[in-house]
Amino acid sequence: MSIQADSNALVQESKDYTDQQRMSIRDLIGPVVVFAMFIGFWYLLSSVLLPVHKRFLLPRPDQVITDGFLVWRTGERRGLQPILLSLWDSAKIALIGLLITIIIGMSIAVLMSSRRWIERATWPYLVAIQSAPVLALTPLIRALIDDVRTQRLLVVVLIAIFPIVSNTLFGLLSADKSQHELFTLQGASRWTRLTKLQIPSALPNIFVGLRISAGLAVIGAVVGDFYFRQGGVVGIGAQIDVYRARLWGAELIAAIICASALGLVVFLFFGWVSRRAIGNWHITTRGN
Amino acid sequence: MITPSELLRFENVSMTFPDGTQALDDISLTVSAGEIVTVVGPSGCGKSTLLRIASQLEIHTSGHCSVDRDSIGYVFQDATLMPWRTVKRNVELIAELHKLDKDERQTRVAQAISLVGLNGFEDKYPRQLSGGMKMRASLARSLVMKPKVFLFDEPFGALDEITRERLNDELLQIFISEGFAGLFITHSITEAVYLSTRVLVMSNRPGKIIASFNVPFSFPRTHDLRYEPKFAEICGEISHSLRGAHS
Repeated sequence: MSIQADSNALVQESKDYTDQQRMSIRDLIGPVVVFAMFIGFWYLLSSVLLPVHKRFLLPRPDQVITDGFLVWRTGERRGLQPILLSLWDSAKIALIGLLITIIIGMSIAVLMSSRRWIERATWPYLVAIQSAPVLALTPLIRALIDDVRTQRLLVVVLIAIFPIVSNTLFGLLSADKSQHELFTLQGASRWTRLTKLQIPSALPNIFVGLRISAGLAVIGAVVGDFYFRQGGVVGIGAQIDVYRARLWGAELIAAIICASALGLVVFLFFGWVSRRAIGNWHITTRGN
Repeated sequence: MITPSELLRFENVSMTFPDGTQALDDISLTVSAGEIVTVVGPSGCGKSTLLRIASQLEIHTSGHCSVDRDSIGYVFQDATLMPWRTVKRNVELIAELHKLDKDERQTRVAQAISLVGLNGFEDKYPRQLSGGMKMRASLARSLVMKPKVFLFDEPFGALDEITRERLNDELLQIFISEGFAGLFITHSITEAVYLSTRVLVMSNRPGKIIASFNVPFSFPRTHDLRYEPKFAEICGEISHSLRGAHS
């Protein structure tokens, strides 16, 4: 019967979908070229463009590798081991903070989506949190909270919460009108509507928010380290501050690279989770 | 009062929206078991509002509408499938909302899927389906609850002519095997006559029923019926009264 014709077309179509997932060498060319240009520009900057008396601030890439990464440990603070230890310390803060941010942020978004007046009443505070410089809040945070760990987590939440709330809310409110009516017709409860319609249809937006917030959580952890620290192992931000103060250029750059790498790893991780969770049904389109 | 064979009854129903637009004016109609009643009319005349009142998505301002709300199946203009659910899980949705237990759901879903001819597509996502197949899945989703009255809101309006005719045939097959009553909204006169036992013509806003035509052809109907003189004659009469409706 005629359904057969449809089904052949469909089989072909689903094949196309799996084919486009495979990575080829061509996909690597772009990133490699850009990376080479980046390194080239760095050499140019540190050995030609910078005046000689400032070059110690920006060592060449090879110096960063030999002095920053290939030295395991000299003294208390120098070398790769202290960098990695403080990176791990900050990573923990960033991840725990992110988890708290996700829980609080999504709950706020769900509340805001449920009633118009809650949404209106909440926006100004979110925007205020988003635009207030954390630096200006540090004295207040220090006065209100004694525990350094709590202080650092608070900074992470303050910096990372906005994208999660706004993206989740946008997603929760963008379900189709007729899909809502379908649920109304079956007399679905608010909870059913939330869990079976609004949250699933918000997932693509939630993951966008998550990726942004994850990056910000790392920034939040590093920034928090600058202002809130105590003895023993300190966060990577505090480490960077020490290197800056002592003019240890290679270590400084190595620590910055490690902090960025942490942000990148977190970003990639959530991209991967997102593809696993919604890749089956949500496709991104680039128009070619 | 609703008599035993009558499943849906509108008595002098009028509807005025809060902004003052009058959508429906004094509509009276009944749909009985074994009937498919089709409403044709100019766009914006309030045809869909009729279904929305029958299903209580809107509340009419005067008159009376009686129907057993628990036995309604509603097929929307677009398929309204959930893109994150496979065909099978989409078809399961309404049964799930009615909290049917899992085994019961599985049996009914399998039945509905084979009724609409979607066997083999259970695990596909909506984006992988053609427009016609999405509509089939949407139909199956309603069939799962075995409704006594089906409300169709121009379900095939966005499909190409060939797919539309094919789905008309399949819908009639299911109508014969399942024995529901239907209230069908459409723009297409051919579709209206082919599918229904009675065609009602609605006027421009505010919608009023200005003519009613009985369609005498018995079931099952075959696709060649569309080319018979009697069929053309009825279509002609409906078209004529629709032109009156537009003026």
